[in-house]
Amino acid sequence: MPSFERTFSLKVPSSTENLALIRDFVSNIGSQVGFDDNEVARIALAVDEACANVIEHAYGSDTTRVVTVRAVVDEDALRFEIVDNGLGFDPALVEPLQVEELIRQRRSGGLGLRLIRQIMDDVQYHIGPGGKNELLMVKKLKKT
Amino acid sequence: MATHFQIERRDEGELRLLALDGYLDAHTAPSFENAIEEEMRSGKIRLVVECSKLTYISSAGLGVFMSFIEEIREAGGDIKLAGIPPKVYQVFEVLGFPALFDIVETTEAAAAKFAEGGRRED
Repeated sequence: MPSFERTFSLKVPSSTENLALIRDFVSNIGSQVGFDDNEVARIALAVDEACANVIEHAYGSDTTRVVTVRAVVDEDALRFEIVDNGLGFDPALVEPLQVEELIRQRRSGGLGLRLIRQIMDDVQYHIGPGGKNELLMVKKLKKT
Repeated sequence: MATHFQIERRDEGELRLLALDGYLDAHTAPSFENAIEEEMRSGKIRLVVECSKLTYISSAGLGVFMSFIEEIREAGGDIKLAGIPPKVYQVFEVLGFPALFDIVETTEAAAAKFAEGGRRED
């Protein structure tokens, strides 16, 4: 067991309007645990991408649902769990296309997952209790 | 909670300048998409997107550039990006956009790139 662990939660209606609120929530925690401004911006981006995916794909842009962002800080890492009860999506089953290929296909989507994987140290998808989708993203803390 | 995002559009010589201000995310990307569509519909295909007041971009915003660039280049135009702040630039960079788009510091430099030949050749 870690010697300390803190959990913060944010639940918002599933509207893209709330992505700003989610980024603020993530940025505040990221700053508190010692990431620099650039790292905080990247972490907020990764969580934004995950939540935007939930809103658009898991919930099909239905704004009456709920997105839960849970942040857990322990001695080693800052972990985010994005929880929804929409359509499941396991990112491990998707091989992100190169940007050149997306451009060739004139597609606007497909970059979010690539960003999440590049920013975070670990990304995992689970189906949790009650069939909820849980995307876990881990960013290791800098050791001083 | 409103997400601040504005686009100022004006002619800059023979180019069309779109100056972005604020947060370009999944909430605001549709208005940017509409702006580019409107420009293309009115025949404006030499576009400079000025980003010095852009404070944030996510993949939804980047996707707008991606989805239009082929069509604009096929029509003989281009989208060039100018003045991207470092914090925003890192997002373009991590996805390899600098190899695919002309990204310069100023609108003048973007105009010079157009004058050189219109579009990048890879």
